[in-house]
Amino acid sequence: MENIKAQHTIRSGTMTERIATTPGVFPLPDWAKDDLSDVKGHQKDDLITGDEGPELAAIYDDARAEVVEGQQDAGLDRIVEGQLRWDDMLAHPLTVHDSVETGGIVRYYDNNNFYRDPIVVDELTFDGDVASELEAASELTDDVQAVLPGPYSLADLATDEYYGDNEEFLAGVADFLAGEVAAFPDVETLFLLEPSLVTNAPGDETDARASEAIDVVAEATDAEVVVHTYWGSLDEKVHAHLLDADVDAVGYDLVTDHEGSLYNVNEYGTKDSVALGLVDGQNTLVESSETIAERVEWFEENTPVNEFDTAYLTSNTELFYLPYNKFEAKLAALAEAAQVQEVRA
Amino acid sequence: MSSEIPEESRSSERGGTTREQSDARSQFEPPEHDNDHFILTTVVGSYPKPKWVDRARDLYDDPDADFDEKALEEAQNDASRLITSEHERAGLDVVVDGEMRRNEMVEYFAHRIDGYEFNGPVKVWGHNYFDKPSVVSEVEYDETWLVDEYEFTSEVAERPVKVPITGPYTLASWSFNEAYDDEESLAYDLADLVNEEIEKLVDAGARYIQIDEPALATTPDDHAIVGGCLERIADGIPDDVYLGLHVCYGDYSRIYPEILEFPVDEFDLELANGDYDQLDVFRDPEFTANLALGVTDAHDATVESVEEIKANIEKGLEIVPPDQLTVSPDCGLKLLPREVAYEKMANMVQAAREIEAELDSGELEVRRTPVSADD
Repeated sequence: MENIKAQHTIRSGTMTERIATTPGVFPLPDWAKDDLSDVKGHQKDDLITGDEGPELAAIYDDARAEVVEGQQDAGLDRIVEGQLRWDDMLAHPLTVHDSVETGGIVRYYDNNNFYRDPIVVDELTFDGDVASELEAASELTDDVQAVLPGPYSLADLATDEYYGDNEEFLAGVADFLAGEVAAFPDVETLFLLEPSLVTNAPGDETDARASEAIDVVAEATDAEVVVHTYWGSLDEKVHAHLLDADVDAVGYDLVTDHEGSLYNVNEYGTKDSVALGLVDGQNTLVESSETIAERVEWFEENTPVNEFDTAYLTSNTELFYLPYNKFEAKLAALAEAAQVQEVRA
Repeated sequence: MSSEIPEESRSSERGGTTREQSDARSQFEPPEHDNDHFILTTVVGSYPKPKWVDRARDLYDDPDADFDEKALEEAQNDASRLITSEHERAGLDVVVDGEMRRNEMVEYFAHRIDGYEFNGPVKVWGHNYFDKPSVVSEVEYDETWLVDEYEFTSEVAERPVKVPITGPYTLASWSFNEAYDDEESLAYDLADLVNEEIEKLVDAGARYIQIDEPALATTPDDHAIVGGCLERIADGIPDDVYLGLHVCYGDYSRIYPEILEFPVDEFDLELANGDYDQLDVFRDPEFTANLALGVTDAHDATVESVEEIKANIEKGLEIVPPDQLTVSPDCGLKLLPREVAYEKMANMVQAAREIEAELDSGELEVRRTPVSADD
């Protein structure tokens, strides 16, 4: 501990700003799980369509208020809307879209979770579904962080029956997301979640296009843009291309692959800011704020730059995998870890 | 450079042995069986619960209702008796009680194993949740899991009773792991507990045990871990005990032929759902174990005709000879309407008996085709 204190004292003149946040997609509070399954039912035809009536909207409004307040109470620096309506997880912006039909239930990455296969059958025009959620969150807090799937992951989760080839489809998804982002209220930060860049790495040429697609979305906002990756570390080339994208930070999953993440940063550098996945979004073991803080220090000590404009302290994955009580405990630990660091400095 | 990232503390691991393949299936042929050939008919395990069993469970969970554990047990006994006799009425050679006492395939066991804790429901998809448990300390054997269920069922059954048990790999994969360094060491410890439970079941008279490992289908690269688990499970289990392994809804080419090394007598596979598009996987190398072939779709409410099921059984005969063939539905039937589940079983039994008769008379000849001859 003495060493850590000493180091931070030396550095304190130009210290990294630490921001405690999350990549969103929260679990529903338990009362809302009960109420919604009673009102909505259990089959795939019963899931969110984007035009739900007032009874459902009221339940989601209450649940949103609860998770916003929960983040404020925990002391997080960025507040997400929670995406409690996202029955299909990151595929949601497509599954509620008018140009998309929903097919069978398919596996969500390598998890025991499933979502409706979004089949894109027409042009992906402006929708506004996510913007209206963020409007609602903006009425509750000033520190809003928006969360969207990145274009590469969203295209990867979907089936295209309209655009014809992968290149056109990726571009179409990027334009669609850019249109959605342009309609957002003012937000502090935009997290673009790109797990598919790790789990289904783009090959030659597609890797460059995946970064260009991210640029298209990032250009649509003045907010800080963070491209967060997880379930491993990026392939070297994919990482190198991702750094070409005009975004403010890249996120690394230190829970699943801390060595691979560190290797990428040391070999290729990174943006001026970083997001660090420090807390396991898929395990109920709650990391102490001390452990989280030590992981940040480990990362900084092992990178030559060892100083960033901003370090976003976050869970590696979305948080809906957790039971609600453990989810709450992880938020508190993240917020406390950011404070531990500040006190030490 | 230090490569060790700070960890939360966790715990331990152990070893095991192997078991010879046995020929224990002849004990399940009913004395009154008419045909010379015998194709064993059974089910995977779960069966639709009568509504009043769910109602009894709700009442038991409701603190305001006057409904104690004894009342719940009585309802479950009634259901177990009812479904066991429904299986017998359908003509199955080996029956199950439809898992009337079990709420869910991981939760049920986790509640009976020391080291597990429950924190609340987590999402599977849409508004379907399950109480995914957390392993918070070394797992230990406490009360028996299935001995009471087996004793009751075998008491009321006239036919042999099969006992399905959720396998250790699935119990590990579908839990949060707070206590072990990795899923593998947790799975091995759980395998030792499954072994202990099977010894107790065998002492109680059970001779047909099926290990359910659906999680293997989602992470097929872990087949060696499942193999290691089965070595522990089979350790010391007598040869006259028939061990099966059920794996469903995955890409079998990623686990075959490696699974043939597993110390079990039978593999129960879901193949009707994909209309036998994966059948070729099992032609080469030769399928040396017994095959429990899925011959009706467990997730389609259309009842297959006897003729359709006979055609499906013939697919199985392309892979193994009749004395190595068991037929069952693809998977547990619990999501189907009960009358549909019943008709699927009854048609399946009739189809098996007709195939046996055709084999006896020579009307049907078994020709196991190599992979190249199949279109």
